[in-house]
Amino acid sequence: MMSAYVDFIRIRFLTMLAYRVNYYSGIIIYAINIGAYYFLWKAIFGSAETLQGFTLAQMTTYIAVSWMARAFYFNNLDREIANDIRDGSIAMQLIRPYSYLLVKMMQGLGEGLFRLILFMGPGLVIVCLLFPVKLPKDPAVWIVYFIMLLFSLFINSQLNILTGLAAFFVENNEGMMRMKRVLVDLFSGVLIPIAFFPGWLKGTMEWLPFQAITYLPSAVFTGRTPMSEAWGVLGIQALWFVILLVPIMFTWRAARKRLFVQGG
Amino acid sequence: MLAIDVKDLRKQFKVQKNREGLSGALKDLFKRENNEVTAVKDISFQIPQGEICGYIGENGAGKSTTIKMLTGILVPTSGQLKVNGYVPYKDREKFVGGIGVVFGQRSQLWWDIGVIESFQLLRKVYRVSEQDFRKRLDNLVERLDLGDLLNRPVRKLSLGQRMRCELVASLLHNPSILFLDEPTIGLDIVVKTEIREFLKELNREEGTTILLTTHDLQDIEALCSRVIMLDDGRIIYDGGLEELKNRWSKGREIQFQFGTPTSLAKLQLLTAGLDVTWTMSEQGASMWLPHTINVSDALGVVVGGADIRDIKILETNTDDIVREIYRSGSASVSAAATLLEAESPKQEAEAEKETSLR
Repeated sequence: MMSAYVDFIRIRFLTMLAYRVNYYSGIIIYAINIGAYYFLWKAIFGSAETLQGFTLAQMTTYIAVSWMARAFYFNNLDREIANDIRDGSIAMQLIRPYSYLLVKMMQGLGEGLFRLILFMGPGLVIVCLLFPVKLPKDPAVWIVYFIMLLFSLFINSQLNILTGLAAFFVENNEGMMRMKRVLVDLFSGVLIPIAFFPGWLKGTMEWLPFQAITYLPSAVFTGRTPMSEAWGVLGIQALWFVILLVPIMFTWRAARKRLFVQGG
Repeated sequence: MLAIDVKDLRKQFKVQKNREGLSGALKDLFKRENNEVTAVKDISFQIPQGEICGYIGENGAGKSTTIKMLTGILVPTSGQLKVNGYVPYKDREKFVGGIGVVFGQRSQLWWDIGVIESFQLLRKVYRVSEQDFRKRLDNLVERLDLGDLLNRPVRKLSLGQRMRCELVASLLHNPSILFLDEPTIGLDIVVKTEIREFLKELNREEGTTILLTTHDLQDIEALCSRVIMLDDGRIIYDGGLEELKNRWSKGREIQFQFGTPTSLAKLQLLTAGLDVTWTMSEQGASMWLPHTINVSDALGVVVGGADIRDIKILETNTDDIVREIYRSGSASVSAAATLLEAESPKQEAEAEKETSLR
């Protein structure tokens, strides 16, 4: 059975590969985004040496790395699930002896793998050529960062799954999905590092899963959080991964009872 | 052993009500009103292993909802349900390993990958060994004549080709029960016949229990020994197809063309003593006779007394019978009675079974 789940990773990777040209433009769009934020922050820094403990060089690296991490962990599982529910094709998923959500997660992994190799990888090279990005030289940081990235993907996918499952309960969860996307981008620290948030919001963020998606891993990678504290970050990520399984399980249970298949 | 055992099965849905107008929309924003709709109303039936059972009813009668409960997709509101020894919605993952499902309107194959890759993936999903898979696939491919389709992506298949592949996909793990929800919808007559033959063979050789919903009664006639008819969420008939026909078909019609004009009075005189009804038309006359009277008796007296050029015998076909039952909404005896009144003997212009004597 495990080999079936692995196959879902493989097949998603291959299907994504078939449409790879779509992602070339993505790399350019991400580079433009990073460029825009780079110049914005340069203007904000002005003559200041550091802001909230960030030097300009750290900030540039933070932005580049965060956007590239987003290129990796981003997926449309929420949309896929909502579509499956809305057009009733979820019925075809339920007649198979596997867990639908686990399959979705595996497809998310397959997509992540594709994005890592064909999007994040080349994107990072291009970004390093264009902007003064300083990558860490310690291989241990790289290894820890990749493990963290995997958790970023998991947590982001879990949030996507939860948002997608909302389609069981409301007629149209389009609005929710958009709101989720903005929330994740803002609160995970892709747009602005959480260090810049006002005190009360920063405090709130510590109790929410979003920072575990981008801010915490990127802080380790850029060296703001020393390696000695990296295990703590990994712990927080793992904790959120486990905690988020609970609402997903409950939502799924409740959803199964509510399901009615549209179109016959 | 029973393949399917259903007792007092019920399914209710909440359907959101949208109120009219701007004020209605505003009210909806704050407080939704729901309508409770009961799609399946306490139905009970049992299907023994190895039976082919047809499940028919109008659109919206609750057929698909029942099938979806039987296959573990939907959770019933109340009632007992046992399929293949499992309660479908409870042990879904274990249960679905023993059934095959084909929904005519949905594909279970993966759109972007080749047919054979879909099959391989299903092999892993259902944990079929490579050896069994090969044997089974070769057999199915040969029987359904799929040979050269296997390497094409699913999106490039015609509907008929796809449907045959769907059948193979649903049978790779050798299920003991096969659920078919409108398997022949939109198919041409050649493919339909092929699929029917295949299903019959499957049932005969492997004893696969088959439950099938369809709007094409020829599917039922070709395959099913038993029919369950559903109307508005209730079972209105459960029994043999022949019995259904005998009970509700009112008789047959014999059309005559005469060499010399023959009057109604003369015809009635000829058949006096037989409970038949005559109607005249431009081409000739038609006689309607109930099942209680032998065709040969009736024909005998007419042939002896009139100059006949041509005779056609028309039998009420299943479509007509079922249409009437749907229309009256019940298969009870009273419905049969109204049916008798409602249907004049002379409306079977396109009856399908006709015998021409010349």
